[in-house]
Amino acid sequence: MKLINLDYISANPILPEVQEAMIAALRDNYGNPSSPHQLGDLAAEALQKARESMARLINSPSPQEIVFTSGGTESINQAIKGVALATSQKGNHIVTSNIEHNAVLRTLRRLRMLDYKVSSVAVDENGRVNPTDVAKALTDQTILVTIMHSNNEIGTIQPIEEIARITREKKIPFHCDAVTSVGVIPVDVRKLGVDLLSFSANQFYGPSGVGGLYVRSGTSLWPLLDGGVQENNKRAGTENLIGIIGLGVAAELAVRDMDSRMNHCLRLKKKLIQGLKDTVDDIFINGHPELSLPNLVSVSIKYIEGEGIVLMLDEEKILVSTRSACAAGALQASHVLLAIGRDFADAQGTLVITFGQETTDEDVDRFLKVLKSVVQTLRDMSPLYKK
Amino acid sequence: MLVWEDRTMYSSTVMDHFKNPRNVGEIENADGIGEVGNPLCGDMMTIYLKIDNEAIQDIKFKTFGCGAAIAVSSMLTEMAKGKTLEEAKKITNKSVAAALEGLPKNKLHCSNLGADALHLAIQDYEDKKAGIVRPKPKREDKHDHQEHEGGEKCTCPYCNIEVTDDALFCTGCGHLLKELH
Repeated sequence: MKLINLDYISANPILPEVQEAMIAALRDNYGNPSSPHQLGDLAAEALQKARESMARLINSPSPQEIVFTSGGTESINQAIKGVALATSQKGNHIVTSNIEHNAVLRTLRRLRMLDYKVSSVAVDENGRVNPTDVAKALTDQTILVTIMHSNNEIGTIQPIEEIARITREKKIPFHCDAVTSVGVIPVDVRKLGVDLLSFSANQFYGPSGVGGLYVRSGTSLWPLLDGGVQENNKRAGTENLIGIIGLGVAAELAVRDMDSRMNHCLRLKKKLIQGLKDTVDDIFINGHPELSLPNLVSVSIKYIEGEGIVLMLDEEKILVSTRSACAAGALQASHVLLAIGRDFADAQGTLVITFGQETTDEDVDRFLKVLKSVVQTLRDMSPLYKK
Repeated sequence: MLVWEDRTMYSSTVMDHFKNPRNVGEIENADGIGEVGNPLCGDMMTIYLKIDNEAIQDIKFKTFGCGAAIAVSSMLTEMAKGKTLEEAKKITNKSVAAALEGLPKNKLHCSNLGADALHLAIQDYEDKKAGIVRPKPKREDKHDHQEHEGGEKCTCPYCNIEVTDDALFCTGCGHLLKELH
């Protein structure tokens, strides 16, 4: 039986072109880009090439504005803590939204222990932030606004351009967590007008453990890591060159194939949503009906709990993700689902289905068929389900 | 059981009971019914008893919850079936978890439900027999620590470090723990 991976958001498969570039680099390009000899030169050239490819993907004015990191979480920590520490003389107030990733929320929680104040704006039932609410939350102490580009649980895309217009006018740095958007949908840092933007290679068919942060030149930022002068003095430590080379190739492919990937995913998404509605009763499709990631479907299935669904699908070689509290290890319902108005019980039965260019119509058909029987099995076991 | 710091897998016994749960269903005109947990808490379990000659002739369950909660329910019903009421009262949350060859730390609260539901069902039967009418317990919309009598120690759901029952935040990771653990 073929393995059907509908959990791309946990990690994308690594494309063959990316694998080959990384394997070749493992063999021949193991040098340190800081070394002033030929092995160092070779490494430095590859590093610069990857930086240029990445800059093209997000339309960064200069490749030097890209800082490579160990992935989305480090980028987000670097952006938020870096700005907070660099500008603590100016103020101590940060504005965010209710549905950010834990990398943002827990970074802010940590800063609260250092007497930073955080305001969190609410979202509507589709998970959208209202830019006016962000404007209202700003004070003369505000030193940073951090809002995600698209949500990792429900896919809703935020009005980043509008928010950036507000922050620019007030000269407040704006960080955008674009981890689930970059390489998936068009992200143009010039058009968006953000100062900092986080991304991760494993969301666009690159390896895990490598990502980066766009830092608009002139943005005040303290590095999290001090040491050497790598990454334009913004991130010390010898570069993960093999990973970065993989990221660079993945970025080139994302530029080339983005339209076809998006069209393919959008078609499957429509089919999947229609199929879910036809197959299973008492469900909610979460997220904005249009302004949403093309490769993600979030569905809340009433009366049952998500971890059970994931384990049963896994037995059938189908991989999905859940946002149930039980499966997450944190015995707390997803803050995102609660923020858009799901109650704790409905949030428990939520699946996050993510896919990509390799996913086929047959995969979706088989998923729907198996899901139907899994849901029935679990509902027959549930005291909440009365038939 | 394979335990990593940030990921825990179920034992093969847990997986067996989750995949092939024993005694799922309801008993019509049950002699005793016990319901614990609530959907807002994340899991809920109902136990139905058929009692004859002060022994459990039949037992069925319905559970809303994760793989561990379902496995606990299934194991519990296997352990209780055929036992006298006095024997069944001796089944504890710990003995159910032990019979399952352990549960991941974060899932121990699931095992708390099982024996509690069984004991409630037995009490329901004994009350009926004695003519005692107790008000049906209302489903609370908050997680109540008191329910988990005899349960395991609290651990931080974020970093797994042991914390006191009334801790407001985890001393290990600083995470706020309001009603979480």
